[in-house]
Amino acid sequence: MEPIKTFTSKTVVLPTDNIDTDQIIPARFLKATTKLGLGDKLFSDWRFSADGKEKPDFALNRPAAKGARVLVAGDNFGCGSSREHAPWALYDYGFRAVISTSIADIFKNNSLKNGLLPITVDAATHAKLVAAPGAEVTVSLEAQTVTLADGTVAKFSVDPFSRYCLLNGIDELQFLLSQDADIGAYETTMGRKSK
Amino acid sequence: MSHPRTLFEKIWDAHVVRAATANTPAILYADLHLIHEVTSPQAFTSLRERGVKVRRPEQTVATMDHSTPTTPRGKDGKIPVLDNAAAAQIAQLETNCGDFGIELHALGSEGQGIVHVIGPELGLTQPGGTIVCGDSHTSTHGAFGALAFGIGTSEVAHVLATQCLLQNKPKTLAITVEGKLAPGVTAKDVVLAVIARLGIGGGTGHVIEYRGSAIRALSMEERMTVCNMSIEAGARAGMIAPDDVTFEYLKGRPRAPRGVAWEAAVAEWRKLPSDAGATYDREEKFDAAAIEPMITYGTNPGMGMAIGARVPAASNPTLAKALAYMGLEAEAPLLGHKIDVVFIGSCTNSRLSDLRAAATIFKGRKVAPGVRALVVPGSQRIKKAAEAEGLDRVFLDAGAEWREAGCSMCIAMNGDQLKPGQYAVSTSNRNFEGRQGAGGRTFLASPLTAAAAAITGVVTDARSLV
Repeated sequence: MEPIKTFTSKTVVLPTDNIDTDQIIPARFLKATTKLGLGDKLFSDWRFSADGKEKPDFALNRPAAKGARVLVAGDNFGCGSSREHAPWALYDYGFRAVISTSIADIFKNNSLKNGLLPITVDAATHAKLVAAPGAEVTVSLEAQTVTLADGTVAKFSVDPFSRYCLLNGIDELQFLLSQDADIGAYETTMGRKSK
Repeated sequence: MSHPRTLFEKIWDAHVVRAATANTPAILYADLHLIHEVTSPQAFTSLRERGVKVRRPEQTVATMDHSTPTTPRGKDGKIPVLDNAAAAQIAQLETNCGDFGIELHALGSEGQGIVHVIGPELGLTQPGGTIVCGDSHTSTHGAFGALAFGIGTSEVAHVLATQCLLQNKPKTLAITVEGKLAPGVTAKDVVLAVIARLGIGGGTGHVIEYRGSAIRALSMEERMTVCNMSIEAGARAGMIAPDDVTFEYLKGRPRAPRGVAWEAAVAEWRKLPSDAGATYDREEKFDAAAIEPMITYGTNPGMGMAIGARVPAASNPTLAKALAYMGLEAEAPLLGHKIDVVFIGSCTNSRLSDLRAAATIFKGRKVAPGVRALVVPGSQRIKKAAEAEGLDRVFLDAGAEWREAGCSMCIAMNGDQLKPGQYAVSTSNRNFEGRQGAGGRTFLASPLTAAAAAITGVVTDARSLV
């Protein structure tokens, strides 16, 4: 995954609340054994009709949406299933940030591990973003701000460790593996001996 | 020094390998890691890429449930896997478990079943432990007074490699249900009522502890149904303090402690319930007697109501979109609405007591013409136990299908699914658009309500059939 620092992109807006991970990537696409290519299946049942043709009214299918890296979505984005295929699909499609008024816990955790920035903003900022699909925004993970075309600057929070990993493009597993001594000491204390 | 602590805090504190710092989250130890075929392949790939072994294979248990078919066995005694992608995923789990030394309950074997059904069944799920799995319904195991929550595939790799997770401490939410449930009102109705009030995002950032006299009065299987759906209110975990009901269920299970070790374990487990005076970040109170049989009308589990109520007005765009997808008229009753399929199963309601409850409605009756009814036991052991008491005959004689164990139509990635436009009454946990098959429309309800719909062919209050 590539580091995230500061980038500018137009937005795509999906204003529906409670967009669940079954919508982001339907379960029938979870038979994959790699992370690759899931972008083609992103929002599959909203993007495509039963005959496989693009639905022209769906936000991602409008010509203005091509190349957008920021998804603006309704409240409680990413609820439901823990499938990490959801952030994999969003990332593979080209998204690098999702902005909402709230984001579900497991989806948020999964996104932070995959180069997709989950951003929570206040309702007023969100309303401006929803009202202007395709508008350019600048996301800065360094400053923890989203800057709108009209100059509005909204701060967002992200836990310091995830921010460090995202800024540097490193993953958490490497960090955990380096904690072997502490983990071993805990196991000894708790009476878990190696077999 | 020692302030009164909640059940959650006691378990959290006992599993912190290293406390959070200004720059890093807490490192939390996982006692038990359950894995299945769908959310683990990429995690094993990650281990192989780094040349890392599984740290604690003896604390890791695998089964196959999501993409596995539930079609009855062939003449060779095997369950036919028809789909190449599913077959590849199943084969990969076998290889991964073999290579890394992990216990696997493979398709068709005696111990196979839905991951959240077999953990408790084997006695692996025990009070006071931390349990994780790449599945959001891991909250089920909290019914035993464990801290159990779903994780993503990156975290599956973290636990495989280090037995640990990086976690920010969640807040606590007490759901207190006092009083006595009315006849015909089940654990499923309790949790659907809780979610209807909290909303699908209402528990985000929290761990729920269910308490109160109505919760204490539930059996272990009923408690699992309640904790299972905590995630449908956005809470990663739901817990119930362990008590004699818990210990009675666990005693003698294959992986439960025995003899002196059992007595010692119970003595420790008795210390787990929240201390008097322990405080929660938030509390919601429910009157058990006021809870009615529940049903969902919309496209998330928070869109639920008493079965006799009317569908709400389409008062906001999200609700309007949901009613349009469901093909329902605003402010119309749901009772009497025609249905096509009934699904009884899933990690929410596929245990023996669920099957027995459904059988009380099916017994001596016939499934309505044109309705397809599937009864899918949660595990091979449940299937065997149900057959030993003749439940399979009750379902088959009524014209329902009796299937092999698995997630089946709850996830619709294994061949069991709705056709576009069909209506189902399902005992599962999610009614999201397309969850049970693209274009399918789901009403979530209890096994009693589902069975009643199978018999009448319409949404029915099961109390009218008793």
